[in-house]
Amino acid sequence: MLEQQLVNALTLGSVYALFSLGFTLVFGVLEVINLSHGAMFMAGSFAALTVVTRLKAPLAVGILAAMLVSGLLGLAIDALILKRLRARHAPHLIPMIATIGATTVLTSAAQGLFGVEVQRFPDELLPTREFIFGSVHVRALELAIVGIAFLLMTALFLVLRHTRQGRALRAIAESPKAAALLGINVEGLFLATSFTAAALGGVAGLLIGLNFNSVTPLMGQPILHKGIAVVILGGMGDIRGALFGGLFLGFAEVLSKAYLSSQMGDAVAFGLLFLILLVRPAGLFGRVLERKA
Amino acid sequence: MEAFADFWATYSTLIFTVGIHALLALSLWLTLSCGLLSLANAAFMGIGAYTAALLTLHLHWPFPMVLAAGALAPAAVALVIGAPTLRLSGVYLAMATLAFGEVTRILVLNLDITGGPEGLNGIPLLTTWWHIVLILAAAGYALARLRRSRMGRAFEAIREDEVAARMMGIDVEGHKLAAFTLGAVLAGLAGALNAHSTFFISPREYGFENAVDILTMTILGGISSLIGPVLGATILTLLPELLRFLHAYRLAVNGLILIGVVLFLPTGLWDSRRLRHLLRAWRARREGQP
Repeated sequence: MLEQQLVNALTLGSVYALFSLGFTLVFGVLEVINLSHGAMFMAGSFAALTVVTRLKAPLAVGILAAMLVSGLLGLAIDALILKRLRARHAPHLIPMIATIGATTVLTSAAQGLFGVEVQRFPDELLPTREFIFGSVHVRALELAIVGIAFLLMTALFLVLRHTRQGRALRAIAESPKAAALLGINVEGLFLATSFTAAALGGVAGLLIGLNFNSVTPLMGQPILHKGIAVVILGGMGDIRGALFGGLFLGFAEVLSKAYLSSQMGDAVAFGLLFLILLVRPAGLFGRVLERKA
Repeated sequence: MEAFADFWATYSTLIFTVGIHALLALSLWLTLSCGLLSLANAAFMGIGAYTAALLTLHLHWPFPMVLAAGALAPAAVALVIGAPTLRLSGVYLAMATLAFGEVTRILVLNLDITGGPEGLNGIPLLTTWWHIVLILAAAGYALARLRRSRMGRAFEAIREDEVAARMMGIDVEGHKLAAFTLGAVLAGLAGALNAHSTFFISPREYGFENAVDILTMTILGGISSLIGPVLGATILTLLPELLRFLHAYRLAVNGLILIGVVLFLPTGLWDSRRLRHLLRAWRARREGQP
């Protein structure tokens, strides 16, 4: 029983981590709390669903569609809204409020286009194999979810660590002004970050949509709140923190649902978040920084 | 007279909602006037609504006492969570209040006394139009006096520059807690009035979306004066009725408005300074052409 719960927790936790990685990346580089990240999650799920059901494309194409559609939406939000606010040096809360507006628009558009009912992926498309290790049943789907999530996260780490663009991004995260003086194309990398973060969010949406086989226009809202919890747990803008925070939240949620109370599982995430904020605002793994206003 | 009766029968709920939303927007205006972005006001409204509804349904308290309890219960909660939370600033405070709102919603969803996801049904319709007008007028008057008082000036100083305010000897923590708690009082009142005018309340009405709605109203109207939030609340309550033909896309308009205001009207629709400027320019032009 416990082993089975651990498999569920790992699946959920790795998707939380993937989702939160994009969220924290945008905060680290652009210093924006991007509350439209949940809408990217939802859009990715719908993009894949549409490609798979209407065009009868294989699931792999669905993943690409999720990345592309969500990425382009993230790019559009950055180019049309956030860029102007940066040019004006608007205070931090203003871009956050603008992304709330973008979320409302996208959610409402999805409700108009796809309706409010739960949509499902056709069963024949989902891998049905099950692997049995002792008493534990692992669905091939779960393995694929964990695999894809970790593959994408590793790719992101490698890019940030070892490429020229990655180094430039880390320089921007330290100080955009100094980076611009060094000849780094700051605006271009802001756009690239928005695209990448949104694309990761879109894939996360597809993975959750597949795992529970349910896609709805409102699915971005609960995950956004969990993403916030993860990013606070791990420290805002901290890439490693998002990974550990995501896994931690996955385990905390699944285990408290299994052993404490099935309804209160969600309250655990926010109770934790609330506590962490009060005790360690820089996150569990974060350096103790001066609070950012 | 009959025409009026018809009009009232059709639109009284809508007019009640405008008043209650105006009260909510003013409650957020108060917290924002001290520089605090709180996403907890929807939860405070919910606490007020549930407290009031439970007192009416189970203990049959008289309505004025119910309203008072509906205002004081969230204020007590605000005092307790405010003391540790308000050490955070900016986005961190917004996130903490968001988390508080979610915890509250999940608790209400799972407790027995609150009726769980079905909510509370059969709340007597005790709110009349003059209750709302009276409370809104009293709140407006109190806030207008507050703005010009020592406390209001301190709020403004803290919003503009916290460090400078502290250097001037202002008790920053105390004033922040006061703004947060008074905001909770107004939000709780709005909740209590709302519970007794809609017959039915459920946890769905007090979640993140509602916190965002309150924020949108206040930002749309602008926070440079008290007229702004009331104007924003009125527009955003009436707009969906006018946009019925858009069906599911209706809410997209709210989002577009929010983005548009943030991009093009950073001070909101009602900016007294801009209006004075426009008025002066208009007068000058009229005097220029005899």
